[in-house]
Amino acid sequence: MSESPLAAPAAAPAGAGAEAGFRRLHPFTPVLRGWKIFAAAFAIGLQQAYGDISFGWLLTAVALSIPVGVVYGWASWRATKYRVGDEDLRLETGVFRKRSRRVRLDRLQAVDVVRPFIARVLGLAELRLEVAGGSSAEAPLAYLSEQDALRLRAELLARAAGLHHETPEAPEVVLLQVPLARLVEATVRSVAVIGSVISLVVVVVVAIVVGEWSVLTFVVPFGLTVVPVTVRQILAHFGFTVAESPDGLRLRHGLIETRSQTVPPGRVQAVRIVEPWLWRSQDWVRIDVDVAGYVGENQNRAATLCPVAPRAEALQVLARVLPGVDIAAVPLTGVPEQARWLDPVAWRQLGVGADERVLVTRTGRFTRVTDVVLHEKVQSVRLTQGPVQRRLGLASVHLDTTPGPVNATAEHRPAGEARALVDAEVARARVARAAARPDRWMSPPGGSATPTVTR
Amino acid sequence: MSDAPLRHAEPFDPPGEPWVRVSPRLATLRRLLTVVGGLLGVAVLTAVAWLIATWLAVVVAIAGLALLVWVWVAVGRRVRSWGYAERAEDLLVTQGILVRRLVVVPYGRMQFVDVTAGPLDRRFGLATVQLHTAAAATDAQIPGLVPEEAARLRDRLAARGEAGAAGV
Repeated sequence: MSESPLAAPAAAPAGAGAEAGFRRLHPFTPVLRGWKIFAAAFAIGLQQAYGDISFGWLLTAVALSIPVGVVYGWASWRATKYRVGDEDLRLETGVFRKRSRRVRLDRLQAVDVVRPFIARVLGLAELRLEVAGGSSAEAPLAYLSEQDALRLRAELLARAAGLHHETPEAPEVVLLQVPLARLVEATVRSVAVIGSVISLVVVVVVAIVVGEWSVLTFVVPFGLTVVPVTVRQILAHFGFTVAESPDGLRLRHGLIETRSQTVPPGRVQAVRIVEPWLWRSQDWVRIDVDVAGYVGENQNRAATLCPVAPRAEALQVLARVLPGVDIAAVPLTGVPEQARWLDPVAWRQLGVGADERVLVTRTGRFTRVTDVVLHEKVQSVRLTQGPVQRRLGLASVHLDTTPGPVNATAEHRPAGEARALVDAEVARARVARAAARPDRWMSPPGGSATPTVTR
Repeated sequence: MSDAPLRHAEPFDPPGEPWVRVSPRLATLRRLLTVVGGLLGVAVLTAVAWLIATWLAVVVAIAGLALLVWVWVAVGRRVRSWGYAERAEDLLVTQGILVRRLVVVPYGRMQFVDVTAGPLDRRFGLATVQLHTAAAATDAQIPGLVPEEAARLRDRLAARGEAGAAGV
């Protein structure tokens, strides 16, 4: 963050509330939030207008609702206040129904700074605090000025780490950058895109040969589905940068809407390494992570650690995310031949293995998927056996982690071995939990949770 | 597995001590519900069949009653399949006839414990205890507990969870 002020005191920005320590959001907030609502209302109204309402009525309705919206937006902005304390962030919202929320900083899972296009034009940003167990971002601070957002992020992370809140933002080391050419090539190298292009060519050829131009209408669905999805993916992952700092992992990406994520140490619950079939010739992989705060719609956008990278580079990043873990060194054992009846395509690829830190499962014939779960992050261990599995003497072991893309399941193990795996995993998880680092990652392990002042 | 623990002859064997089974009153309650609903359904179907042909009504009635007898037996087996075991560090719950399941939940991983009892459950003196962790997939539910046992289990789980609690 080039513009982040070093050792800047946490000065109250403009519009500081009357109560001690409470601050307000940026005064442009209602404008930025309001225009979307008006645009949506206008769009809906316009659709209706094709039917029975005349355009003039529509304009009148919109014009009348503007002052109401402005007053409500202003009142809502007045009512929203936040305060950062040593232990928590307090957020007060609501015009009619007041709501006061307290977020424990030692339970902070991630801090994201999101800048939608219009916010960027106005120099604003949204700060999202992710905590475990919510259905969406628990305390979104939308919108702050960019400097305030960055300063507040540094302050929150310092306090969450157990440091003094005026500690300057930690320095970072860039681990990985995804060049645009590779990103585009990787996105296009997907079965969906290539399949669509081939069928598109077929349609055009048929149209030319037969002379039946109406066939070309099949092009429309292609334009409406595959193209936007592909373009959106490239835009979202544009300029993907992974950096590491004492605050944790920092991810920055996006062209139109930029997103800058900070995941503190020890917040990554599990990791998934995906190797699509069409990437294999380049030896590229994608890495997804489970972070407890990233749920709901946020999960898809935020849970990517690395959209595409050569395997060696990706494993280097992983080694920083999961220190002391060497995934390649974990020996995997396959499944017996009976498993072919249940998974005729991929049974040879199924495997599971564990060392002192992680359990690794592998599956997938065409798109190979490797799931890695830290023992200390396992929530519960399950053993299941369906009727066919029982006949074949097989059973499956599931490691349950917080919601996210990772789903570590060791399918179709020999039944006795599966139960032994469950018992062993429970024992390993217990040992690992006892040795886990504290929530406040800068405080000494095993020590008290009170914040220390030195870095 | 470096620290391979006890060998189990069967994958769903109890962990040393035997499974604590749930109250057989749960089977009574569930049988009552299925029989009342089932008899009504058989009666309606038989009446409809009667309008078409008498022999069809007889066939439908016999098939329906046979199905009910099978359900009666299956409900008993299903209820008997539930079992749980409290260990020093974790709770084990097993269930299922067709698909068998076993879940191990460490006390330190529990986020909260629910005790629920509907009106019919209360009439029969039954309650359900459900454990929740930060993982949505954790499926640890024990139905058919007598209320005192449910309350004891809840308090004990809460106390042990407090002692062994860890962040997510």
